[in-house]
Amino acid sequence: MNSICMVRWARGLLLTAVALFMLLPLLVVVLVSFSDSSVFNLPSGAWSLRWYDSMLHKEGLGATLSLSLGVALASTLVALVLGTLCAVAIEQGRFKGREALLAFLVSPLLMPGLVIGVALLQALRAIGLQDVFGALLIGHIVITLPYVTRTVHASLVLFDMRLIEAAQTLGLSKPRALLQVMVPGLAPAFLTSGLFAFLASMDNYPISIFLTDARQKTLPIEILRYLEESPDPTIAAISSCLIFLAIVVLVVAERLVGMRRLAQF
Amino acid sequence: MASTAHSATSRVAWLAIPGAGYLLLVFALPLALLLASSFQSEQGGFTWQGYTNFLSDPFNATVVWNTLKIAFIVTGLCLLIGYPTAFAMARTSLPVQGGMFLALILPLSVGVIVKSFAWTIILRSNGPINHILMSLGIVDDPVKLLFNERGLVIAAVHVFLPFMVLPIFTVARQIDSRMQEAAATLGATPVHTFLKVTWPLSLPGVVTGCAFVFSMAVSMYVIPALLIGDRYQTLPAMMARAYLFMRDRQAGSTMAVVLLLIAVFIVVASTLLTRRLQARTQAQGVAA
Repeated sequence: MNSICMVRWARGLLLTAVALFMLLPLLVVVLVSFSDSSVFNLPSGAWSLRWYDSMLHKEGLGATLSLSLGVALASTLVALVLGTLCAVAIEQGRFKGREALLAFLVSPLLMPGLVIGVALLQALRAIGLQDVFGALLIGHIVITLPYVTRTVHASLVLFDMRLIEAAQTLGLSKPRALLQVMVPGLAPAFLTSGLFAFLASMDNYPISIFLTDARQKTLPIEILRYLEESPDPTIAAISSCLIFLAIVVLVVAERLVGMRRLAQF
Repeated sequence: MASTAHSATSRVAWLAIPGAGYLLLVFALPLALLLASSFQSEQGGFTWQGYTNFLSDPFNATVVWNTLKIAFIVTGLCLLIGYPTAFAMARTSLPVQGGMFLALILPLSVGVIVKSFAWTIILRSNGPINHILMSLGIVDDPVKLLFNERGLVIAAVHVFLPFMVLPIFTVARQIDSRMQEAAATLGATPVHTFLKVTWPLSLPGVVTGCAFVFSMAVSMYVIPALLIGDRYQTLPAMMARAYLFMRDRQAGSTMAVVLLLIAVFIVVASTLLTRRLQARTQAQGVAA
C-alpha cells in the first residue's frame, strides 16, 4: 500500500514538473508583454499596455501578418485537397509500393527545412520565378502536404468502408455516399491536420528565409529581425498574440474533436 | 462485375498523381539538382572540390561534431524526461491526462521563435531563474545560462519534448499494466520486469520519438540563433551563412548535402529498426 502511494506521489510530481516546464515559458512571455519596463522584466507592480500600443503602430507589421496568413491559408487548403487524394489512393488502391509512396509523401517532415529551402531557391531561380507569394506558397505546400496525407491516411485505415456500401444499399449514389458518410467521418482528421499544417506554415522560418526578399517578409522572419536589431517588449506583445491565437484555435478544436485526437496530428 | 471492381481500385491509384507529382517536382527534383550542383565547378564541369575543401578544413569537423553532439544530448535528455512522463501519463486518471495533453500541445502550437524568445528572457543573468537561484541562496553570482550550450540544450529540450512523449505515450497506453504485475507476481524484480517486458514493448515508440527529435535537433536553426548566437557554429547555421551572406554556392551546397545525408541516414536507420522490431514482435506472437 505504501509503495503504491509513493508511486502515485512520484508520478504526480513528475507530471507537474513537466507541465510547468512546458507552460512556464509561455506564461513568462505573456507577463513580460504587460510590463511597464522597457527591458525584458516581469511586471513588478506597474502593469501597462504600452507594448501592445507599440505593436499596433509598428510599421510593416500588417503587411507581414497578411502575407503569412495568406500563405498559411492557401498552402493548407491546397494540402487538404492533394493530401486527401493521396491518402485515398494509398488506402483504397491495390498497387505495389504503397508503403514506399506514403513514406515519400511524409518525408519532407524529416528533411532539414534549410536544405529544402536552398534547393527550392536554386530551382525557382532556374525557372525565373520572382513572385514572393508564389514562391512561398510553392515551398509551404511541401511542408503542409505531409501533415494532411499522414493524418487523413491514418484516419482512413480506421474508417469502416462497409458504411459506404450500407449507404448505397439504402439508396444513395456512390458520390453522395462518399460525401455524406465518409467526409463527416474524416472531418476530425481534416480539422487536426489542417490545423497543424496551418500552424507549421505560420511558424516556418528555414524555408521562408530563402524565398522572401527585403520588402516582403513573413512573420517569423520579421520577429527574428526585430529581436536581432531592436529587442524591446513589443516582441513579447506580438508573441502573446500568437500564443492567444494558438489557445483559441486549440479550444475550438478541442470542442470539435477532443484533446486526444489532437495529439495524433 | 469483378473486372469493374478491379478497374475501380486501380483507377483510385491515379488520385495520388497530383500530390506525388507535386512533391517530385518541387521537393525531390530540387534536392537532386542541389546534389548535382555540389559536384559542379564554376565552369560547369564535374568536381570533387566542394567535398575536398569541406574535408580539408578541420574547423568543419568541429562544426559537424558540435551539431551531432548537441543533437545527441538533446535527444538523450528528451528520452530521459519523456519516457517516464509518457508512462506516467498512460497510467494516470483521465482528467490529469487531458491536462498533460494540453501542456504538451499548447507549446507545440506556438512557434519555435516565440518559445526561443521566451527562453532568452528566462535564462538571462537578471532573469527569473537566476533571481530564484540567488534569492534561495543556492548561488551568489548569476549563473551564465544564455549564449552557451546549457541554454541551447534547455530550450531545445523544451521545443522537442512533445515529439518524444507523444509516440511513447501511444505505445505505453497499449502495454497492459497487468503484464508488469504478472511479471512481478512471477517473482521478477522491477528492474528485470522493465528490461524484459516494458522496455522491449515500448521500443517502437522510443525509435519513432528519437528519430523525430534527433533529425529536428540536427537541423535546428532558429533556436541556436537566438540562444547561443554566431560564436557557436552548427552545420545548419554555417550552411545558411554560406548562402545568405557569403554567396558561396559550392560550400553551401556541399554542407546542405552533408546535412541531407545525416537526415536520410536517420530515416533509413529508424525505418529498418522499426521493421525489425515489428518482425520480432510478430515472431514472438507466433511462438506464443
